[in-house]
Amino acid sequence: METVISIKPLLAVLVSAIAAVLVMCSYRRPNLREGWSLGAGAIKFLIVISMTPVILSGVMIKYTVFKILPGVELAFKVDGIGLLFATTSSFLWMVTTVYSMGYMRTLEEHAQTRYYTCFAIALSSAMGVAFAGNLFTLFFFYEILSLCTLPLVIHNEAAKDWDAGRKYLLYLVGASSSILLGAIILTYCLTGTLEFNKAGMFAGITATTFSGMEIPTLLTVMYFMFLYGFAKAGLMPMHNWLPSAMVAPTPVSALLHAVAVVKVGAFCIVRLVVDVFGVPTMQNLHLGDYTAIIASITILASSAYALTQDNLKMRLAYSTVSQLSYIVLGVALLSVSGITGGIIHIVNHAFTKITLFFCAGSIYVASHKTNISEMSGIARKMPWTIAAFAIGSLSIIGVPLFAGFITKWNLAIGTIETKSWMLLGVILTSSLLNAAYFAPVVYKAVFGTPPADGHEGISEAPYKVLIPLLITAAGTVALGIYPDHFLNLIKVGIR
Amino acid sequence: MIHESNLLSLLIFLPVLGAAIIGLAPRNDGWSRWIALAFTLLVFVVSLPLWFSFDTASHEMQFVTRVSWIPAFNINYAVGVDGISVLLVLLTTLITPLCVLCSWKAIDTRVKEYMMALLVMEAALIGVFVSLDLFLFFVFWEAELIPMFLIIGVWGGQRRVYAALKFFLYTMTGSLPMLVAILALYYTGGETFDIRELSKGAYSATFQFWVFWAFFLAFAIKVPMFPFHTWLPDAHVEAPTAGSVMLASVMLKLGTYGFLRFSLPMAPDASHAFAPIILALSLIAIIWGSYMALVQTDLKKLVAYSSVGHMGFVTLGIFVFNSQGIEGAILQMVNHGITTGALFLCVGIIYERTHSRLILDCSGLRMTVPIYVTLLAIFSFASFGLPGTNSFVGEFLVLVGTFKSNLLAGAISIGGVVLTVAYMLWMLQRIVWGEHSREEGVVVADLNGREIATLVPLLVLVFWIGFNPEPFLDRIRASVKHVVSEMSSVRGVNNIEGHNDVVHPPLPDRRAQHAVVNTAAADRAPADSCRAPPCQISNWDRKQTL
Repeated sequence: METVISIKPLLAVLVSAIAAVLVMCSYRRPNLREGWSLGAGAIKFLIVISMTPVILSGVMIKYTVFKILPGVELAFKVDGIGLLFATTSSFLWMVTTVYSMGYMRTLEEHAQTRYYTCFAIALSSAMGVAFAGNLFTLFFFYEILSLCTLPLVIHNEAAKDWDAGRKYLLYLVGASSSILLGAIILTYCLTGTLEFNKAGMFAGITATTFSGMEIPTLLTVMYFMFLYGFAKAGLMPMHNWLPSAMVAPTPVSALLHAVAVVKVGAFCIVRLVVDVFGVPTMQNLHLGDYTAIIASITILASSAYALTQDNLKMRLAYSTVSQLSYIVLGVALLSVSGITGGIIHIVNHAFTKITLFFCAGSIYVASHKTNISEMSGIARKMPWTIAAFAIGSLSIIGVPLFAGFITKWNLAIGTIETKSWMLLGVILTSSLLNAAYFAPVVYKAVFGTPPADGHEGISEAPYKVLIPLLITAAGTVALGIYPDHFLNLIKVGIR
Repeated sequence: MIHESNLLSLLIFLPVLGAAIIGLAPRNDGWSRWIALAFTLLVFVVSLPLWFSFDTASHEMQFVTRVSWIPAFNINYAVGVDGISVLLVLLTTLITPLCVLCSWKAIDTRVKEYMMALLVMEAALIGVFVSLDLFLFFVFWEAELIPMFLIIGVWGGQRRVYAALKFFLYTMTGSLPMLVAILALYYTGGETFDIRELSKGAYSATFQFWVFWAFFLAFAIKVPMFPFHTWLPDAHVEAPTAGSVMLASVMLKLGTYGFLRFSLPMAPDASHAFAPIILALSLIAIIWGSYMALVQTDLKKLVAYSSVGHMGFVTLGIFVFNSQGIEGAILQMVNHGITTGALFLCVGIIYERTHSRLILDCSGLRMTVPIYVTLLAIFSFASFGLPGTNSFVGEFLVLVGTFKSNLLAGAISIGGVVLTVAYMLWMLQRIVWGEHSREEGVVVADLNGREIATLVPLLVLVFWIGFNPEPFLDRIRASVKHVVSEMSSVRGVNNIEGHNDVVHPPLPDRRAQHAVVNTAAADRAPADSCRAPPCQISNWDRKQTL
């Protein structure tokens, strides 16, 4: 594939890192501080979309920053898949910054400078993962992302936040610094490089054993080390950190635990399948089948969990766990439609789930209510929020004209192509479950009897909270009607 | 300009000169500090040609000086550096000025003697790394003990005498078998103390067995390897900050340096044979050290136990005998010197403010001291090997080497990595956010200029090695390649029990080489003595004339 060298990916990563420093320095002036975040978000988004024409023409952008060891570099490579993820997260960062200003100031939260600083670093890391050209770069930004989001998770600093924070680190850093690091080192031992390769990094191995272990067995073990090493993807049983992390402020849950952090996990699994093992090796070792089974179990089980949650954010969290596995299921099908469906879900779910989280936050800001059972009839007071929530729900369920439909359509075609009827059943069943856990929320909010006080004193959230959620809701619809842009990116990305 | 061949001698004698000047000057704390700083900085500047003029393509000794010292026993003053030692010498010259700086305010009694001890210690440590003569090596090896003993015993904490004695006794216990081994090598290797010559010899299996274990005891105590590590936490806890820094950054490296310089080349077959034991001990050290670090409530003890774990990675890398492993091990020695040194400096800084090493008393700093917290965080991350920091590169190489040689050992050592992450992050969490038990009125101020100046050089190195380790690895590579090829080529030892004489190497090329050397030695001009072959030959000649 043709490549050009350009510093743009590095700039896209650095913009928010520089913004983090500026944010830290302007802690006395909140307006300036948030101005830096917003400005950096805009610049970052512009840098990212400026790369689109080149990428769509089938050219890859590369940039090597440091050569560390032979075959180990800090290097960026922009392809369609990475650009898709970067466009999504940089756009949503701008929106979330506006939302954060509304949310954090209305609730008069403490440590806001720390909050915005960590947020900016998190975005740099997410961008770094999106543009990573090899496993080292991926791992580098993956680890920084885990560490810099910890202060956001424990923001309230109460006992339960510390428990959540400990769990967060235990799952994410524990998995990455043990099995993921082990898998990366084994990859380096086997191939002498960490560079991604669409044909499969292990395709060229001629030896039959390594340290007394058969190569196919070793590769299978390594695959599972990678799969669970990327604990951010939330595959069961490594999913439990995500519901716990819901103690974080809602904008954090929205951008990080619906978009940046979890999507980094899912994105890494896409890279694992497409660029590390490569489709041929995956097929030879039947790894796609195992992965599909794990993803299916995760989809169904966490949807069932979601049904039992009364706390709105917890229900959203379990829904996220299940939706992430759609991405994994899609790429595990190893067919073009399946992989397309999986990757496009990174965008679709991002817009959808951030809308839903924004709505949950909006309800909390306006009413301090967190449980679904307390929200009956609230739509009369907060019509815009509930309307956006309804759009998000429809998208998750997979109704045509909403973003989620595009995913399910491609996934369903993928299962039919590969004649995996069981998996088609899983997708259809999970749609029913999605409807079962979101429809009642909307139904209750709209048609439920308001409590005795009639939600007195509650009105729509401030406009800084409202506008972002309307933008993302509109995005959800737009993606359902016009998914072509991102589909084209995927087409050049997986070619 | 200084002539190349005098450089190493200058590095040894300049600090001694500095100590003498401090000793002769009138007692004035300010003067002592400034003279010490000036001399340590001068030594650092003088050592810089080692970095710039080092020939990276050669595994031979460079900057060699060789003067006959006690001809009767064929003892020479011979110094030189190769890829194994060059970075360690530079590390020593870099760390010592930082040690002077960090003691600026912390040491206020007997400053004169303290600075003298520090300078003498620097000289002795450099001497150990550059000695090319076993006798000279042993002199420096013992000499370095005395200033350290004094620094712990005089300027240390409450249990300083106990800790100093324990340190001294442990190290002495290791030195005695080593002395026997050195003498045995002297007689077996043809009455020479020349390290380069002795490294080329091939010895019988039994002889190797004894030499290996004698050296092992000395080096294992110094590293320290499990189960000889118990002196280390005591010494670290009681030593003043500079003592801990010198101990962790430089002195522990003497052991691992010894393995590379003596055990591997002189007892290659024994090294191979006993590698499984060493690997097992290294893995235990990694897991046990990290586990002990996890439960410490004393900051210095935590960092001390982390050293046990980190040095486990170094011995692990050495004894897998492949180039990645050994390159990683040497780089990891430097890395450990940088990050652990920096962590001890950080602990010292907080101790100066709270007068307590307990995590509980030092915790809950939050963002009241932003510079301190940021630096501490970076050095902790570097210590557990976050990608982008120096330790990641070293650990990565060691782990690649380990996995290549043994999957199970690799898997266990990865377990140590996770524990390292756990205790470092937990410590950091408590320091930044934990509940504290400080008394009212204890003010924790942020770093002053002197303290920042102490930490910044180490900070630069953390990222320099983290992102661009090539200049460092470049200097190591040729020597490592040589060691690895020596280890993998069969020396053809006659495994005859009890046959302790030199077994002539059966490889035809080597014998031929010897023959060439023999004839060439006669016409060699004395000025050429820096590359001079083996005094074994001159010995041989001497015997014949006698």
